[in-house]
Amino acid sequence: MTRSTQFITLPNGLTVHLKEIHTAPIISSWVWYKVGSRNERRGKTGISHWVEHMQFKGTEKFPAGYLDREISRVGGIWNAMTHLDWTTYYGTLPAHVFEITLSSEADRMVNSRFVPQEVDLERSVVISEREGNENQPSFLLAEAVQGAAFSTHPYRYEVIGLKEDIKKITRDDLYQHYRQYYHPGNAVLAMAGDFETASMLDKIKSYFGDIPKGEKTNGALPQDPPLKEEKHLSVSGPGQTSYVQIAYRAPSASNHDFFTMTVLDSLLTGPSSLNMFGAGGTSNKTSRLYHALVEGEISVSCFGGLQATKDPYLYSIFLTVHPAHTPDEVLQAVDQEIKRVLDAPITQSEINRAIKQAKALFAYSSENITNQAFWLGYSEMFDHYDWFENYIHHLSQVTPESVLKTAQSYLTPNNRVVGFYTPKKD
Amino acid sequence: MKNPIYKAHRNALPNPENITRKVLPNGITFLTRSNFNSPTVSIKGYLHSGSIFDTDEKLGLSYLTANGLMTGTNHHDFQALYHEIESVGARLSFSAGTLTSSFNAHCLSEDLRLILGLASECICAPIFPEKEFNRQKTQMLTALAIRAQDTAAMSALLFDQIVYTGHPYERPEEGFPETIQAIQREDLMSFYQQTFGPKGMVVVIVGAVEPEEALSAVEDAFSDWRNPVQEKIPEIPLAHPLQSPKMKTLNIPGKTQADIVMGSLAPERLSPDYFALRLGNNILGEFGMMGRLGQHVREEAGLAYYAYSSLSVSKGPGAWEMIAGVNPRNIDQTIALMTKVIKNFTTAPVTKEELSDTKSYFLGRMPLLLESNSGVAISLMNMEHFNLGMNYFLEYPQKIQAITAQDILQSSRKYLDPDRLATAIAGP
Repeated sequence: MTRSTQFITLPNGLTVHLKEIHTAPIISSWVWYKVGSRNERRGKTGISHWVEHMQFKGTEKFPAGYLDREISRVGGIWNAMTHLDWTTYYGTLPAHVFEITLSSEADRMVNSRFVPQEVDLERSVVISEREGNENQPSFLLAEAVQGAAFSTHPYRYEVIGLKEDIKKITRDDLYQHYRQYYHPGNAVLAMAGDFETASMLDKIKSYFGDIPKGEKTNGALPQDPPLKEEKHLSVSGPGQTSYVQIAYRAPSASNHDFFTMTVLDSLLTGPSSLNMFGAGGTSNKTSRLYHALVEGEISVSCFGGLQATKDPYLYSIFLTVHPAHTPDEVLQAVDQEIKRVLDAPITQSEINRAIKQAKALFAYSSENITNQAFWLGYSEMFDHYDWFENYIHHLSQVTPESVLKTAQSYLTPNNRVVGFYTPKKD
Repeated sequence: MKNPIYKAHRNALPNPENITRKVLPNGITFLTRSNFNSPTVSIKGYLHSGSIFDTDEKLGLSYLTANGLMTGTNHHDFQALYHEIESVGARLSFSAGTLTSSFNAHCLSEDLRLILGLASECICAPIFPEKEFNRQKTQMLTALAIRAQDTAAMSALLFDQIVYTGHPYERPEEGFPETIQAIQREDLMSFYQQTFGPKGMVVVIVGAVEPEEALSAVEDAFSDWRNPVQEKIPEIPLAHPLQSPKMKTLNIPGKTQADIVMGSLAPERLSPDYFALRLGNNILGEFGMMGRLGQHVREEAGLAYYAYSSLSVSKGPGAWEMIAGVNPRNIDQTIALMTKVIKNFTTAPVTKEELSDTKSYFLGRMPLLLESNSGVAISLMNMEHFNLGMNYFLEYPQKIQAITAQDILQSSRKYLDPDRLATAIAGP
């Protein structure tokens, strides 16, 4: 996390972050768009994710399959992800053949075709993706909990969207969504790797500089009213195993409470890496919930996580119920541990431990250039790059008193949804 | 050598000049390579203990033993052990396969000796406490109940039962509920005594540490370890290809999607057919958007989110699998389409363009595979495990370039016969 990064905004609004790293002959680029399920409404859920799929269907200049071939030919990787607040397209290639990613990303920012026949084929692919998710009890439970946790905010829908919406969305809906959100003023281009900044910037200007600015689209959304009372829901499905998900309304990433919640998460369910690209982490066997519930043989596993988001989202705890216990017993045991956090301040040494863990997780993600490029753009999607640079500093500002205060604000029953997944009786 | 990466960055590839290899007096082979780009190290390795030693009645014993290594030692109980590891943001884990039990760790380089010391305790002096054993057994039974509901895992399990019928590889390392129930703590103790030992063990360290320091740390951690009764890994028998097509299906009610696995046996890693098959598999179901399978099943027919192929090779017989996840009403159509793709693949040579593309892919991807400490450590471990030689990466481009379209066709035909495919389906 050093200040060797160059930040430039082109006249058309494209934000560019460049970081030279000369440890391997590789360059990784990420084009981030501020559009995700946050920008959707009922009837059109899943549209951002589907647009992401269509972005691989080609343009006049680069027909479908052309880039798959060209990038694979040089041993590169490329793919995309859609999330709550953002959609990102990344590619990591050998440095000497890198220019094709600039050329293609600039091209598909404006020239994707959305051919009707391909839209229909991709509809069935997206439905298949969703059906694969539906095979997992964790997806079914999470979708129900997410839906109950918000009454109006689009965060109430899974990124992949509702099946009935995927069946109805039209080619024109997709194209309009694409035109609305895919333009330089709504994008960040982040690159790390084996290049020279000045000449790379010239190339970026030559590919992206002439693309029209586009309308500013990503304004504030009305926030959901607070949950007035604890919500309970049940989902049943196939299998012999029960699961519990407890989701608390959580602060947005830009709220200072986010960092305090990060320390709380580390304490309760173990540290989690915010990097979404598998940079490695540590286990959670010494977390309070693991110790009390898994070692106490009330659940057989537990994990939790906080997501860095633009608007307040959720802090979720997910547990697999021990076969000799019930979801209610799991909930009671979790509540005892929450009560411990609310009753007595944690120690400074527990905070110091969370900071050391966070530093180690960042170090693992710096091993690889793809991950370093990820960090350059990611935090712009919900705050600013400084959020990432100051992350450890913000964690070090957390005190036992602030943890107690934050826990008292957020970890209360009337701020949560409790979901049970139980096996369906034959 | 068409790819300039190999010239300009020759020294970046693992080779005899930048790998240190040493065999300790107790039989442990140690390999290391320094990389000071980030302040971290990756530690990986394996021992010659695995499910091949399990009886049918207690299948899963090897798996539970590997998992039990971190439940307590002479010096640390479960919580104390993990407290040391997690407090420094490190990770240490063990797992069991058929022929080996593996360990995997990463940490900041300043914590290398701490983590190696703890790994050594777990490997050389585990005590398998009764309480933790019972908990672990329940966790395992729950994992198996979850597996029974997983269409991908169950179709893979069925596929192995077809292609490896009568062979040790037909058995899942995790066992079955009834075999896990039959295992007692004493079984872990005796399994550990019989199969864990330094002979044949490999330790690889890659990252921000000088070779001399890494060697010294490994010697301090493991050089005193002996096991005079360590058993040798059994000979792996041959497996016999199917003489006719065979299908197994498993109904998992209530699911939305079915998983299909089709395929055949494959040769072992050191087979002369290896590189031809590796390139062929890439064309069949990996390259770009999942190769020919992805093109036909996903892109053109819209039948599946994933349709790809996978070539698994190790010591003994391997497997060549073609996999797709589809809506249950599309199973027959997908099988027919995948069979057609396989038939075409084994009838005519791959095109010039396909051959050129796949060669370029295998040569071009090396910098990405080898940029992380973990990636290099896996490569060094494979070089040792399969006795590929320290010059493996230097000779690799020539081996790839030498493969012809006829090599791919002939090798593929040897193993993949569209009229004698194994097919496994798990779903609603």
